[in-house]
Amino acid sequence: MARPPITDDELIARYGPHLNEAPPGGWNAGLTIDKVVNTHCCFCGQQCGIKLKVHDNMVVGFEPWYEFPFNEGKLCPKGVKRYLQGGHPDRLLHPMERDGTAPGGFRDITWDQALDKVVSEIRRIQAEHGDDAFAMLSGVSLTNEKSYLVGKFARMALHTANLDYNGRFCMVSAGTGNKKALGIDRAPNPWSDIPLADVVWIAGSNVAETFPITTGYIWRARDRGAKLIVQDPRVVPLARTADLFLPVRPGTDSALFGAVLHVLIKRDWLDHDFIAAHTVNFDDAAAAVAEMTPAWAADITGVPAARIEEAAELWGTSATGMMLHARGIEQHTKGVDNVLAAINLGLATGKFGKPGCGVSTITGQGNGQGGREHGHKCDQLPGNRDITNPEHRAAVAKVWNCDESEIPGKGLPAEELIEAIHDGTIKGLLSICFNPLVSAPDSNFTREALDKLEFYAVIDFFLSESAHHADIVLPGSLHEEDEGTSTSGEGRIIKINAAVTPPGEARRDWEILLDIAERLGKSEYFPYTNTEQIFDELCRASTGGTADYTGATWQRIEDEMGLFWPVPEAGHPGTPRLHEGGQFHFPDGRARFHAVPYKLSAEVVDDDYPVLLTTGRVVSQYLSGTQTRRIAALVAQYPEPLCEMHPRLADTVGVIDGDLVTVTSRRGTITLPAHVVNTIRPDTVFIPYHWPGQQAANQLTNRAVDPLSKMPEFKVAAVRVERAGGHTETTDARDMELQGDQP
Amino acid sequence: MRTGQFGIDDNPVFVIDQSRCIGCEACVQACAECGTHRGQSLIHLDSVDRATSTQTAPMVCMHCEDPTCAQVCPADAIKQTEEGIVQSALKPRCIGCSNCVLACPFGVPKYVADFDQMMKCDMCTDRTSEGLTPMCASVCPSEALWYGTIEEFRDTRRGSLFRDFLFGRQEVRTKVYTVIDDSLGGPLDVLSGTQRSWLDDPFGLEQSEVTP
Repeated sequence: MARPPITDDELIARYGPHLNEAPPGGWNAGLTIDKVVNTHCCFCGQQCGIKLKVHDNMVVGFEPWYEFPFNEGKLCPKGVKRYLQGGHPDRLLHPMERDGTAPGGFRDITWDQALDKVVSEIRRIQAEHGDDAFAMLSGVSLTNEKSYLVGKFARMALHTANLDYNGRFCMVSAGTGNKKALGIDRAPNPWSDIPLADVVWIAGSNVAETFPITTGYIWRARDRGAKLIVQDPRVVPLARTADLFLPVRPGTDSALFGAVLHVLIKRDWLDHDFIAAHTVNFDDAAAAVAEMTPAWAADITGVPAARIEEAAELWGTSATGMMLHARGIEQHTKGVDNVLAAINLGLATGKFGKPGCGVSTITGQGNGQGGREHGHKCDQLPGNRDITNPEHRAAVAKVWNCDESEIPGKGLPAEELIEAIHDGTIKGLLSICFNPLVSAPDSNFTREALDKLEFYAVIDFFLSESAHHADIVLPGSLHEEDEGTSTSGEGRIIKINAAVTPPGEARRDWEILLDIAERLGKSEYFPYTNTEQIFDELCRASTGGTADYTGATWQRIEDEMGLFWPVPEAGHPGTPRLHEGGQFHFPDGRARFHAVPYKLSAEVVDDDYPVLLTTGRVVSQYLSGTQTRRIAALVAQYPEPLCEMHPRLADTVGVIDGDLVTVTSRRGTITLPAHVVNTIRPDTVFIPYHWPGQQAANQLTNRAVDPLSKMPEFKVAAVRVERAGGHTETTDARDMELQGDQP
Repeated sequence: MRTGQFGIDDNPVFVIDQSRCIGCEACVQACAECGTHRGQSLIHLDSVDRATSTQTAPMVCMHCEDPTCAQVCPADAIKQTEEGIVQSALKPRCIGCSNCVLACPFGVPKYVADFDQMMKCDMCTDRTSEGLTPMCASVCPSEALWYGTIEEFRDTRRGSLFRDFLFGRQEVRTKVYTVIDDSLGGPLDVLSGTQRSWLDDPFGLEQSEVTP
C-alpha cells in the first residue's frame, strides 16, 4: 500500500515546498559568471529563449536572449525567476526508500539498491498480474528525446500497454479535433502570422496569465488596426481592452460557435470557393446549426445575441483572421466538439493556409507539442502514429529492430489509468514528472488510488505531493541539467542546452531509464551513449509519419534558431505554415467539416449545486506548482487559492471580499477566501488549481471525460457556495505598496 | 537589445503604454534581477481597482528634466547623470526624510527602511549606459514598457507620445514618454460616459438577468 510514511506536515517540513528567496550566495555574492548558456524556459509551451548564467556548476541568474526570434528577450515572471529552482534546498540528491522510522519518512539508499528494488517489483507484479498491471505515467516537461525514450521504454522494456502522459489533461482535445478536421495535430501557423490577422479571436484562453508572450503578438496585430474578440467567462486582463467580449457561460462554447456559423451562413459571409475546392461535409455542418439562432444561443451561453451577430460579422467579413483557443474550450466532455466547431468557422470563411489565417490551439505545457508526437501517449507511436494501425506499427518495429507483435497495443488514457489503479487492475506504477494528486480531477479519488498501489516508483527532482506515496524515489534531472530538443506551441523544434550537471547523486532521466532497461534484460533496444543518438533515432522513427522530423539535426535546429516540422528530408527548409494552397492531411487533400450538435456538460447546475465552477491558472504559478511553489517571489505574487466571484453572487452568499467561503461539489469541499470582483459571470466561480491537499481545486472537479480525447472536464462542475465564517485580507501586495512603504 | 545609449539625443527612449499592461509582474520580478538592484525591485505596479477591473498600471521613474525630488531634497542627495537619469538618493547623504517620496508628482521614490535610503528606478544605468535595454522593458510581454527609437515607435505602434504634464501650476517635462490615444483629440472625458462599450455591462446583465 503506497501510503505516505508520515503526515503531510512532516513531509513538507523535510522536503518542502520551501521558498528559495535569492540566488546561491545571496544577492550581494558578486559571483563571477563562468558561462552563459542559450536555452529555453522550462515552463509553458511558448518555450521562450533565455540565457542562463552559470557559476561553479550552479545556475545563478538569467539574461534576456534578445536574438531568439519568438520572444526577443521577453519573459513572464515565471521565466524571470525559473533559475531559482537550481541550488534549491528541496532538490532531491539521493535515491530514497520509504521508511516511516526515518526522519522525513524516507531513507537514502544506493542507486543499486533503488534500481534493484524497482526491477524486482516490476518483475513480481508482472509475473503475478500480467504485464499491463505495471503502468507508467509521464510528463511533457520532458524533451522530445526523453518523450521518445519513455514511449519505447514502456513498450520494449516494461512491455506494458499502460503508458500515458499528463498532456491528457492539456492538449488531447485539440489534438483529436485537429486530426479529425485537418488530418494533422500541430498548430497550423507560426506565431508571426498573428500580427498579420485583421481579426484575432481568443476563445477560452487567459492569454495574459497563461501565455503572456502571445499578448505582444496580438498587440502588433492591433497596431495595424486588427479587431480583438475575447470569449471567456471572466474579463481576463487581455479582455479588458477587447473590441468585443463574449462572456460565455462555462460549458456552452459549441452553442456559441454554432450560432456564429448559423449567422455566417445566413448572411452569406462564406468563402464558397474554398469550401468547394478544399473541404467536405459542409452541408452536414450547416444542417446541424440550422436552428442555432443567436437568440437560441444567447439563452444558453449568456452572450447577448447582438454580440454573437457582431462576432460573426467581424470574423466573416475580415480578409484575414486568427482564432486562438486553449483549455477554456478544450477541457470539457465535449472538448473535441468545441475544437471541431471552432475549426468549422475557419473552414467556412477560408481562413486556413494563408498569411494571418488559422484556427489554432495554444499548447499549454512546455513540450506539450513535441511530447505528444513521439509516442508516450497510450494511443500513439513516434511520428504521431496510431498504435492500432498495423502499417504504423510495422514502420516503428523496423526502427526498433523488433517484431511488430512485440509492441503492446493501446493502453489506458491517464484518467482511466488512475481509475484502473483504484479498482485494483493496475498494481504498480512508475511515474516521471507527473503530479496527478494536484493535476488530476477529483483529487480525493486520486489519493485513494495512489494509496492502493502495491508499488510506486517516482523519478523527479523535487518530492511532489504524489511522490509522498512513493516506495522508491529516484532523483532525476532538471531542465537545465540535460540537453535535447523540445517543440514549441508553434511547431518549432528548438534546442535545450545543459547549463549544469545534476547535483549530488541525481542523474539524468534518460540514464535512469536505460539502467532500469538493462536490469530488465532489454539493453539491446537502448544502445545510447548520449541524447543526440536518441534524437537521431527519433527522427528515423518519425519518417513517413505526420510529425516528420527526418531532415532535422541538432546542428540545424541550433543554427536556424528552430525548425518547423514537417522536415521530411535533409535540407528541407521546414514548414512554418501548414495547409498552404488549401492542402490538408487526408488522402483527398480536403479538410473535414463536422456536424456539431450542442450537448450539455457532464454536470449541470441544480437546486443543490446551483453555481458553476471553472478552474484554471494564475500567471505566477505553473501547473501543479512542483517547481513554482518553491520560488519565493512567485509565491508572493499569488500566495494561496482564492474563489473569484461576482458581487451579486457574494451578496446571495452573504460575504464580502476576503470572507472565507466553503465550496462544495458532489466530490469534495474546499474552504478559501472569496475574491469579490465584477470581472466574472455572476453564475460562475473560478478557483486556480496549483495547490495540493485542502487547497486543491481539483477536490471539486469531475472525472467525466471526453469520449474521444479522454480529457477530463476541468472547466465545468456544479458547486454550492456557502459562508464559512472567518476573514482574511485578499488585497494584493502591490496595492499595499503605497501605504506600506511610507515611513 | 543594443539600441544605443539612453538619454543621448532622446534616442532611444523609454515609453509606457498603461493600456497594454496585463499585470503579470514580469517587470517587477526582472527589475530585482538587474545587476545593480540586487534583489530590490524598484518599479511600481498597482492595481487600479481590482474589484471592478483587471487594469494594472506599471510605473518607472519618469526621469523629469527638472526633477521635483531633487529640488525638495534638503541633503542634496538626488543627482542627475549627464544623460538625464535621476538616480536613487546617495547613500551617504540621504537622511531618510521622505521629502522626495511626498513631493514626486508621479509617486515614484520609495523610502526603503532596510537600507535607510530613498531608492527608485535608475533606468538600469548599468545596462543603458552600455546600450542595453532596461530589464523591465526587456521582458515586458505585452510591450507596455518599451524601449527604442521614436521613429521605430511611430512606424510600428499606435497612439501618440507625450511627456509634458501640468500638476496645478507646475509644468513637468519628463524624459520617459507616455502613450495616449490621440494627442490632438483634446483631453479625455472620463466622466461623461459618452464612450459606451461592452465594458459598461460586460455580462449583459441589464438585458437578461443571469442569477445563480
